[in-house]
Amino acid sequence: MRPVTQIKSHTAILATKDIDTDQIFPARFLTTTTRDGLGKHLFADLRYGLDGSKRPEFPLNTAAAQGCEILVGGNNFGCGSSREHAPWALLDYGFKAIISTGIADIFRDNSLKNGLLPVVVDAGTHRWLLDNPGAEVCIDVRASTLALPDGRVVDFPIDRFARHCLVEGIDQMGYIQQYAKAVRSFEQKRLWTP
Amino acid sequence: MTAASTLFEKIWSEHVVAKESADTPAVLYIDLHIIHEVTTPQAFSLLRAKGLPVRRPNLTLSTMDHSTPTMPVSSFKDLAIVGEGAARQIQQMEQNCREFGLELLGFGSEYRGIVHVIGPELGATQPGKTIVCGDSHSSTHGAFGALAFGIGTTEVGHVLATQCLLQRKPKTLAVNIDGQVPEGVSAKDIILTIIGEIGIDGGAGHVIEYRGDAVRALDMEQRMTVCNMSIEGGARAGMIAPDETTFEYLHGRPRSPQGTDWDAAVKRWRALRSDDGATFDKSVTLNASAMQPMVTFGTNPGMVIGINDPVPDGGDEPSFRKALDYMQISPGKPMTEYAVDIVFVGSCTNGRLSDLEQAAAILEGRKVADGVRMLVVPGSQQVKKAAEAKGLDRIFAAAGAEWREAGCSMCIAMNGDIAQPGQLSVSTSNRNFEGRQGTGARTVLASPATAAASAIRGRVADPRRID
Repeated sequence: MRPVTQIKSHTAILATKDIDTDQIFPARFLTTTTRDGLGKHLFADLRYGLDGSKRPEFPLNTAAAQGCEILVGGNNFGCGSSREHAPWALLDYGFKAIISTGIADIFRDNSLKNGLLPVVVDAGTHRWLLDNPGAEVCIDVRASTLALPDGRVVDFPIDRFARHCLVEGIDQMGYIQQYAKAVRSFEQKRLWTP
Repeated sequence: MTAASTLFEKIWSEHVVAKESADTPAVLYIDLHIIHEVTTPQAFSLLRAKGLPVRRPNLTLSTMDHSTPTMPVSSFKDLAIVGEGAARQIQQMEQNCREFGLELLGFGSEYRGIVHVIGPELGATQPGKTIVCGDSHSSTHGAFGALAFGIGTTEVGHVLATQCLLQRKPKTLAVNIDGQVPEGVSAKDIILTIIGEIGIDGGAGHVIEYRGDAVRALDMEQRMTVCNMSIEGGARAGMIAPDETTFEYLHGRPRSPQGTDWDAAVKRWRALRSDDGATFDKSVTLNASAMQPMVTFGTNPGMVIGINDPVPDGGDEPSFRKALDYMQISPGKPMTEYAVDIVFVGSCTNGRLSDLEQAAAILEGRKVADGVRMLVVPGSQQVKKAAEAKGLDRIFAAAGAEWREAGCSMCIAMNGDIAQPGQLSVSTSNRNFEGRQGTGARTVLASPATAAASAIRGRVADPRRID
């Protein structure tokens, strides 16, 4: 995984609450056996009409949203299915961070393991971001801060281990493998075997 | 004397290989890893790239369920009906299992079925185990007093290679259900009521323990229905302490402990309950006697009401309006006013024998309404066999419903079983998200009895009022 330390970008806005991973990556595309190139299916049913044409009213289809690396979503973003295809598709499309007042547990964990940064902010900051689409903001991962264009700097919570892995580009598989001896010992000492 | 612990804390602490600290998560040992064709191909590719084997093949249970056809498959040519992508995924699963030495309960197996149906059915799901699967409805297995939760594909790779996961200890939420559930109210109605109460993110960051007299009175299949939809309340895991009902269900199953091992296991399992005085981070209490059949009206499972209640008015709240616009539903009228196009009975939520029996009891001697398509999909090939032994297939066929092979089918609609744009589907599955059952499809979640009653009436119907 490539290190993620700073993300500076204009924001794209999807204000709807409870955007589930079925909306982010519809199930019919789950037949893929790779994790590459999934951005073309991102929000497929929201981006495109039944005839395949772009829906002009969908925020990501507007000119202003092109090239944005930060998506501000409504509360409880990423709820539902555990499909990791959701963060894979967001990353492939070009997003590097998701900002919301709430990000669902499994989606958050999946995102962190792929270098997509989940940023949970207070309701006031969130409101400001929704009211100011396209604002240029800067996320400092090491400091866990979000800098707004008006000079405000907002802290956001992030698990310290996940942050360490992000900024150093650490693969967590390698980290768990360091515990191989402890795992063997655990298996030998347990009172029952599964 | 040790401090009073919750059921969750007991299982968690017994599986910690390395403790968590402020800087590092816990290394948690996994006792059972269930895998299927959709969320594993990329994990196997990772193992292949790193030259890693599957560390504990015998703790890995493999099947195919999501993209599989529900028409009989006797050769790979039959897979054409699910489309090229799904067919390729299924063949890749067979190849991955062969290459990594995993026994696959595939098309030839009488035990193939939905991951969350076959684990319990085989007796592989047991109290006190840590169980994961690349599927958010892994919470189902918590019905046995296991700690079970859904994971992503990267984590599937971690478990395949190391049998461990990196985890932060979640908080605990007690959901107490006192009293007795009225006649005609099912486990599905109980969990939909709970989700309506706590909200779809109410359990975020928490493991739910379902407690109280109404929970103790449920049989195992009903408990699975409740725990299954914990994720729809935002909780990765939901659990119920094991008791005699649990032990009776597991006794004699193919992968349950046998002989003296059984006695030792039951002795160990009896200690798996929250101690008196154990504290939960949060708790809510509901009264079972006030419960009624529930249906959803919006585009998430928290948008749920009693079957005869009017759809609420969310005012101008944009997300609420968007949901009702999508559903073509207006505030003020009950859901029983709306016509139904398609009815689906099945899924890991409601695809077990007792679910099919509830649907059959309503359908027996009646006909599915003109213009309504009804699909009944057993949760596993074992469920199919048991249902056919009881003649349920003949009841469904006589009523005009389609009887299929086991699979996830129209719950996720990635195998060709799909609702058309604009169609209203009454479904016993777990998600009414936009497009979940097909692009533009409108899903109303309900119990098997409500789904069957709706099929007969041709509109959403109260199963207590079918005469």
